[in-house]
Amino acid sequence: MQALRKHISPGWLLVAPFFLVVVVFYLGPLLNILWLSVTDPEPGFGNYSALVTSDAMARILWTTFRTCLITTVFSVAIGYCLAYAMVHAHQKKQNIMLTLLLISFWISVLVRTFAWLMLLGHNGLVNNAFETIGLIDRPIRFMRNELGVLIGMIHYMVPYAVLPLMANMQTLDPRVMAASRNLGANGVQTFRRIYLPLTLPGIVASSLLVFILSLGFYVTPAILGGGKVLMVAEYISVQLLVTLKWGTAAMLGTLMLIGVLALLWIMTRFMQLSAVFGGGATR
Amino acid sequence: MKPGIFARLNRMGAWMALLFLVLPALIAIPVSLTPKRFLSMPRGEYSLRHFETLFTSPEWLSSFAQSGIIAASTAVLATTLGTLCAIGLWRVTSRYTDIVRAFLLLPLIIPQIISAMVFYRLLVPIGLIDSYPGLIIAHTVLATPLVLITVSASLANFDPKLEQASRNLGASNWTTVRRVILPSIRPGVFAGALFAFILSWDEIVVTLFISKFSVYTLPRRMWNGIRENTDPTVAAAAVVLIAVTLLAFVIYALVLRHRTQPGASEG
Repeated sequence: MQALRKHISPGWLLVAPFFLVVVVFYLGPLLNILWLSVTDPEPGFGNYSALVTSDAMARILWTTFRTCLITTVFSVAIGYCLAYAMVHAHQKKQNIMLTLLLISFWISVLVRTFAWLMLLGHNGLVNNAFETIGLIDRPIRFMRNELGVLIGMIHYMVPYAVLPLMANMQTLDPRVMAASRNLGANGVQTFRRIYLPLTLPGIVASSLLVFILSLGFYVTPAILGGGKVLMVAEYISVQLLVTLKWGTAAMLGTLMLIGVLALLWIMTRFMQLSAVFGGGATR
Repeated sequence: MKPGIFARLNRMGAWMALLFLVLPALIAIPVSLTPKRFLSMPRGEYSLRHFETLFTSPEWLSSFAQSGIIAASTAVLATTLGTLCAIGLWRVTSRYTDIVRAFLLLPLIIPQIISAMVFYRLLVPIGLIDSYPGLIIAHTVLATPLVLITVSASLANFDPKLEQASRNLGASNWTTVRRVILPSIRPGVFAGALFAFILSWDEIVVTLFISKFSVYTLPRRMWNGIRENTDPTVAAAAVVLIAVTLLAFVIYALVLRHRTQPGASEG
């Protein structure tokens, strides 16, 4: 016992409870699901072969990929603009901007989806306003199509895009940009040749984070898509709760998991995860 | 250096982006005040009848209570587990620390739809589907990583020499944790508890899978209301949720401010 204590730091005893909880209540069933993907309804790769044989499956995967990609591009573009303005604003303004960003970050996704439902509907505020000022003759269809899903998803993802970008921009030395200006480059050149390359790690990290979160996003596509924009997450829930096909659901879950873990691994090449998830997690 | 035209345009764009982020949610306020019995914008007349329905209907009230119980239990469990775990990881110096930390953050990073499958798979065989313990277990696993993050952030600013001093002066491990470490990381623990509460209070995806009839949380009832898309009581509930979020935010901001003040005494 004494010998054991010498080798194992007492700190592990404090880690053990949560470690066991994750192993028993999370890892166990997760591995079980991976196993199901090759054993249910019968052993083999039957579930995976649907990926190449089923048109519906291909369409769902393509919709998911396309939606996530567009969401990522817009969220990171808006996020970059926001992060840049925030990092370079005066302390007081920066605090106001950060407060607004965090409030939007904290408001429940259900509340926000509900709000978009009210705004984008056939007789929603946006259509009414556009009609009143004579911009359009008949209502634009925002809902039950990809446009509505994209608006809702981008709205949700922007704060996630901003945080890694800000963390990255704050580490830059402003003297580098000043040097570029002193050497005769104008503002645009300095931005394009110096600032943008230096913030590339932040852009990559933030894109990957948003893409990962979009992949498994359920609430907004399900409500704003109205069944017309079927993405992987919603398809999984239909398989589990309606048609009770564990095999297909497990196969899609496994694919998503592999994708997410691979993207996370790439992300760690560009940025410490701790910097993204609240900072200072590792000493 | 005078800001160029692009920097100024960008700043305007940033403020517009912030409005785009914050304003839409506020639409719930006028909709909740409509005097009509269906979802609509009020035209000239306002009424609080939907708030009255919200706070008198047994269904909504029981959902408030259930969400409160589950979120509070989750916050207590997650804060305990997460704080212990963070202190443990902070004290251990081993090459496995980072791997273990990454592993323990997984429930937070893995898409919620997969977590939903995981807990559905876990709870059905042991008969805890659609029960308080089932939801509390699931929410605790999801929320503890948040506590781990906030407490670890607090510990990063804590001077390990204080711990050594305490032990040199004869305090036991437990006394050191309770009397020296915990008081200095209290803001991180508190923020973690708040995050854990909010996560559980708002959680919908996993909840949709593991609750049916007997446990019907607030997000679950809102989800149904949004899907049916007729009853303005949902708008009133949304307004209450926004108010709760803002309240939590104010508390969080106060805690953060508190955290920066004692920092001045550090040499």
